[in-house]
Amino acid sequence: MSLVMKPVRRKLDVRNGRVDLSHGSGGRAMAQLIADIFHDAFGNDWLRRNDDQASLDAQDGCLVMTTDGYVVSPLFFPGGDIGSLSVHGTINDIAMAGATPKYLSASFIIEEGFALADLKRIAQSMGDASRAADVPIVAGDTKIVERGKADGVFISTAGVGVLPHGLSLSSDKARPGDAVLISGSMGDHGVAIMSRRENLEFGVEIMSDSAALHGLTAAMVGAAGDALRVMRDPTRGGLAAALNEIAHQSNVGFMIDEELIPVKPQVAAACEFLGLDPLYVANEGKLMAICAPEAADVLLDAMRAHPLGREATLIGHVVEDERNFVEMTTRFGGGRIVDWLSGEQLPRIC
Amino acid sequence: MKYVDEYRDPKLAKGVAAAIAAEVDSGRIYRFMEFCGGHTHAISRYGVEDMLPNNVAMIHGPGCPVCVLPVGRIDDAIRLASDPRVTLCTYADLMRVPASRGANLLKARAGGADIRMVYSTLDALRIAEAEPEREVVFLAIGFETTTPPTALAIKQAKAKALRNFSVFCNHVLTPVAMRAILAGESDEATALDGIVGPAHVSTVIGARPYEFVANEYGKPVVISGFEPLDVMQSILMLVRQINEGRCAVENQYLRAVTHDGNARAQREMDEVFELRESFEWRGLGVVPHSALRLADAFAEFDAEKRFGVHTVAAADNPACECGAILRGAKKPTDCRLFGSLCTPETPMGSCMVSSEGSCAAHYAYGRFRDRSRARMERAAS
Ligand code: SF4
Repeated sequence: MSLVMKPVRRKLDVRNGRVDLSHGSGGRAMAQLIADIFHDAFGNDWLRRNDDQASLDAQDGCLVMTTDGYVVSPLFFPGGDIGSLSVHGTINDIAMAGATPKYLSASFIIEEGFALADLKRIAQSMGDASRAADVPIVAGDTKIVERGKADGVFISTAGVGVLPHGLSLSSDKARPGDAVLISGSMGDHGVAIMSRRENLEFGVEIMSDSAALHGLTAAMVGAAGDALRVMRDPTRGGLAAALNEIAHQSNVGFMIDEELIPVKPQVAAACEFLGLDPLYVANEGKLMAICAPEAADVLLDAMRAHPLGREATLIGHVVEDERNFVEMTTRFGGGRIVDWLSGEQLPRIC
Repeated sequence: MKYVDEYRDPKLAKGVAAAIAAEVDSGRIYRFMEFCGGHTHAISRYGVEDMLPNNVAMIHGPGCPVCVLPVGRIDDAIRLASDPRVTLCTYADLMRVPASRGANLLKARAGGADIRMVYSTLDALRIAEAEPEREVVFLAIGFETTTPPTALAIKQAKAKALRNFSVFCNHVLTPVAMRAILAGESDEATALDGIVGPAHVSTVIGARPYEFVANEYGKPVVISGFEPLDVMQSILMLVRQINEGRCAVENQYLRAVTHDGNARAQREMDEVFELRESFEWRGLGVVPHSALRLADAFAEFDAEKRFGVHTVAAADNPACECGAILRGAKKPTDCRLFGSLCTPETPMGSCMVSSEGSCAAHYAYGRFRDRSRARMERAAS
């Protein structure tokens, strides 16, 4: 019989436990946190190898890479949480290039005292989102900071995708005459977050639209190919910011029609109450596409055939305008410009 | 949403627009001032100007509380906030208003001052209760709409014997400002033909205080709701009065405004506040009896007394035309800085800060018209 005692491996007390500084110290507690929470939730061979990096097969085509930080508050909201959001958001950034997202990495900054149960729930939700999207999380990192130095948990994800040679979408490709399409209703995510923060009720619960859009974008690339010029997910700053950015980068203007932009009635009601304009409110599962005018119908059909694009619709056109204005015919019948948002104090929504 | 949608119905709007077009006398120009920033915002945001005939001009008035606060008072607020004992509570809109020497509250906060953004006086009161070791000062601004809530908060503070709450009062009076504008009119050609009267202010003070506009200045007033259709209907009512040679105070906003207003709110105001001998307005200058301060019975809650505030008048940026714009004498595009040096990101004057300010509203919603108008004017000349 050996005299060396093997220490009993205590399970992490996920139900009542809290993250403490030892979980970030590089010792056994940290290894256990990573294994029991993250490997368990993300479950794949890259992670199980426990290396400091993941080796990925070289891909044919152009590599597309992105990174994004998530600091949303509250961490859990109707229709999602910071975990699923951090997967969807990064996948979408790659998908908007017309690329196929392949791998993700995730880095966590966790505040001392954060409930392990919440961390587990967030990790599970990330794992579920990544499996559903078929984009594995192959590398990760965890840091614990002292109480008060973070707000619960911040997540940063990076992603790699592959773009077939020959395809090139970019914000400087919009041309006068091009059609402007959106995949569905505007403002759902931001309003879901804000109504949760303000404890507002509007009859029906407003759900975030957080979703991975690479299936939809693949169908769009398949249908329109080269005629597709720009894709954008209108996140922070909403549709207004996305249109203004493209107007500048392509040196064009836009003429859109407010009446054609779908906004859910409960979202419109909440915006009215909060003094917001849905065109400036963030979306996390919608996209805007600009395509050659002759491809608009084919593209719309392809979008509507996909579950995440059922409400896809044309909202206007690209016009020549050296001032790069986004002009809109209001629902009321007058005209105005849709400018960048300036200076409003909006809470952290992504 | 039904309640709101019916006041933004494009079909109804077209009907009113057609009536205005049919009834205006093409041989004359109608110059109407919308007094309130709320109206300015609605007109710009919904594109109401596009639905009016060319000879109906809307002139933006001074009814934007952020815009009319003079530089000296912002300087005072910054001085108050830099007292280490003080927590200054303010509306977010005021944070970026330019003060003297390029300062503003936002920069003061970044420099360490304890400045917090609140939605109402009651939020400030709550902070005072929760943090008894802080001297909580509420930076009160606004017309008669926001005055009763301030009065209420002061009375509550008194009832609770709060020792660490005070109000830096900048409440101003609508009818006095209206009179100052009318009294200042010198040029027949740019004189106003009528006024679109305040919505929310009038729910408090009623329709009666505007009667002098009709009786002494012979100009019609139509009190108007804040929805775009309200504004269009009010414009139609003004056109009709003028065409019929009448001038009266009419009330389009019947769903909220009565002749005498809200007696209880008026009582609260009278109890807590008293008239200042004079007060400086950005644009209108020093106007006698145009603002309120705390009455003696509530002097302990007056931040000016508690901290010995002595306002020093300070000059606006000399290139900024806010003053003339607030008097209705100029348009935002008459300012050399508009859209170049002065934008919502880099405001040089107060009218570019609040979304109710004329410059901000025109910048955010109306700029696309500038070129076409310039072209039209060139074609006409
Ligand atoms: S554009 Fe700016 S500087 Fe000019 S009047 Fe307006 S606020 Fe003042």
